[in-house]
Amino acid sequence: MLPEFGFLALIFAFLFSLALGVLPLLGYYRQHAGLMRLARPLGLGAMAFLILSFGVLTWNFLNDDFTVRYVVNHSNSMLPWYYKVSAVWGGHEGSMLLWVMILSFWIVAVAAFSKKLPLDMLAVVMSMMGLVLAAFNAFLIFTSNPFDRVLPFPPADGRDLNPLLQDPGLILHPPMLYMGYVGFSVAFAFAISALLIGRLDSAWARWSRPWTNVAWVFMTLGIALGSWWAYYELGWGGWWFWDPVENASLIPWLLGTALIHSLAATDKRGVYKGWTVLLAISTFSMTLLGTFLVRSGVLNSVHAFANDPSRGFFILLIFAVFTGGSLLLYALRLPALQAGARFQWVSREMFLLGNNLMLTLYTVIIILLTFAPVVNDLLGLRTISIGPPWFNDITTVLAPLLVLLLGVGQWVRWKKHDLKPVMRWSAWALIASVALAVLCNWLYAQHINWRVVLGLSLAWWLALSTLKTLYDSTHKAANPLLGLRKLSRSYYGMILGHVGLLVMIVGVTMATQYEAHQDVRMAPGDRYALGNWTFEFREYDERAVANYETQMAFFNLYRNGRPAGELLAEKRFYPVAGQLMTQAGILGQLNRDLYVSMGEPLTADRETWSVRLHVKPFVRWIWLGSIIMALGAGLAILDKRYRRIKLGET
Amino acid sequence: MRWVVFVPFFVVMVAATVFGYMLSNNEQEGSAPSTRIGQPLPAFALEDLVDPELQRVNEDMLGEPFLLNVWGSWCPSCRIEHPVLNGLAADGVRIIGLNYRDTRDGGIEWLEERGDPYVFNVFDPIGEFGFDLGVVGAPETYFVDAEGIVRHRHVGILNERHWENTLRDVWESL
Repeated sequence: MLPEFGFLALIFAFLFSLALGVLPLLGYYRQHAGLMRLARPLGLGAMAFLILSFGVLTWNFLNDDFTVRYVVNHSNSMLPWYYKVSAVWGGHEGSMLLWVMILSFWIVAVAAFSKKLPLDMLAVVMSMMGLVLAAFNAFLIFTSNPFDRVLPFPPADGRDLNPLLQDPGLILHPPMLYMGYVGFSVAFAFAISALLIGRLDSAWARWSRPWTNVAWVFMTLGIALGSWWAYYELGWGGWWFWDPVENASLIPWLLGTALIHSLAATDKRGVYKGWTVLLAISTFSMTLLGTFLVRSGVLNSVHAFANDPSRGFFILLIFAVFTGGSLLLYALRLPALQAGARFQWVSREMFLLGNNLMLTLYTVIIILLTFAPVVNDLLGLRTISIGPPWFNDITTVLAPLLVLLLGVGQWVRWKKHDLKPVMRWSAWALIASVALAVLCNWLYAQHINWRVVLGLSLAWWLALSTLKTLYDSTHKAANPLLGLRKLSRSYYGMILGHVGLLVMIVGVTMATQYEAHQDVRMAPGDRYALGNWTFEFREYDERAVANYETQMAFFNLYRNGRPAGELLAEKRFYPVAGQLMTQAGILGQLNRDLYVSMGEPLTADRETWSVRLHVKPFVRWIWLGSIIMALGAGLAILDKRYRRIKLGET
Repeated sequence: MRWVVFVPFFVVMVAATVFGYMLSNNEQEGSAPSTRIGQPLPAFALEDLVDPELQRVNEDMLGEPFLLNVWGSWCPSCRIEHPVLNGLAADGVRIIGLNYRDTRDGGIEWLEERGDPYVFNVFDPIGEFGFDLGVVGAPETYFVDAEGIVRHRHVGILNERHWENTLRDVWESL
């Protein structure tokens, strides 16, 4: 009976979300405060039933209820309990249920943290989110019921969770990413409400800013976590593959980044109101499109879920109704709302516009490249394959332009700045950056690689710009240290975000340009040199440890002939889970990773192995940069100005 | 210039139509659980499970219809499925095994313990052929005709009931 209760809870959640989508909105049009006040309890009700439903499914997994088809397909009685829990979102139905539940969390969070929002605004915002929730809830109920039974002949055991997903990194990656995806629905709901109510002022932007930042933090960490997992666990040695589903998460991330910046301009200066609304709509639309891509099987990808056209149509319908509807509303309402403050050519407003144009252009190109093979196929043209080089080239062109703008944009004044000092600083900083980059490259490698010089120049350019930004904002204070203390949290958030980008640029540049790897055949005692580094296969051993059997290869590492550490690469066999795992040996240092993954034994006595050796300079800086960026955005949320609006002082 | 604000709306509507068209094209092939249906098996060259000296390629399989069964000694469900395969092989169904993400010793030991219904087994320790084929997990069974075209895919344990209900007809139509 329990699974049926889970399904029943899902239906109740649907009814609550439908009511949430309709009643407060009706209340707004009738100006009926009672109906509008229903938003909070209805949101809470929907969340309660979704938690109940999710709990039932989790319970079914933990208790190996193999009468439930979804449990059969994604679990097994021998799976350890924590993988049974994460298997709940290991497939289409369960991950969709998680998606919907997280959306209900956001709805309740909006209700909880917006006590001082005008009632009509809150009612419309929650109604909009309620409609999204109802749509996806219906999607679950009608096409993807996770509680579907296999009766009357339940199998004896489950088909097991895809071995690739049996990894701690993957327990966290999907929930994080969904928090980000779904979080952008808040900015979307605020934008639509502003359009509907016609209150498209800077207060709207200020309300949305912290929410957008929270969503962006989760999304940044979610993507970084996925990238780290691919690097660490898959043993492929790469950190980004331009896979369509990776792109599906990068696209809303880029638009979300643009949105954060245009919201700043709208909040502080009241400019770009129309554009910001359009971005808020587009960002959320792209998360819907991403969901469609992953679930419909239109694109072939390692991540893609099983192909089911009826699901594809349903999500396409959701996408068309919400995106189409809101863009139509945008087109009809916008002309009445235009009015903005004036600013000059050289001003922060202009540089933020440049930032937005670059990020949008980059996003559009990535969308086109991702879809080009499919569209080509559709038109019956010969199949083309668009590989990573295309994406890398476009990034090498656009990222420098974006960073150049950023280097000036973060300290240039709002409204108007004299052209002369900007030009003077830029010229000197540019020369200094290139000179420092050439120097660094020479000191590091004793040769000059123009791609490395480009990347490091950008990093230096950002570093100099950040120093200038801090100097500008403190040099008038009597005591510079006191001046630093007076700067706001959102200001430090900005600085930190940009420093994160700097760190990431260094990581990407060095890791892609100076990465070296080699597949070699090695037996104990063998040595192999890769650049300055020598890998020595010291000894081989086999052992039965707690719950697995392991084949271990110990390596000594030498730098220029001097001992520099050791590492252990393993191949583990888990008899209970029945699984063979490659545990790459990584000697991680801040400036480089040395990385060994074991391939296959080449002799019957398992003494000689094929192994892959990597040297990856600065690769950790990529994830470190993401974390710093996320910290920056997180710090900005804590700014006092947002707390003030909650207290209703503006 | 007022029409400019409608551009995003029209772009999205056109995109949605294109996607819809793509989806309906997908559907014409039947609610196929695999994009491989109607397509030839992907090319491969892998060692035989039992005899590492022997290289197995596509041509070794073709000539007569067969079932390509994906299994591994690590897979608990395969344990349940195995007797069914033994029975089918005894009835003259040609079954070729794809030993998936397994160790050679584990696979051989399995066959010695539980009987060998397979004509031969392709050894795919890192799952490269499985990946090309679109295998999600074990067990899976592909119904392939004499020319090597995949006609049907069965995901999960293949039991007597499946066989009697639908799969026998699929097999006989090959």
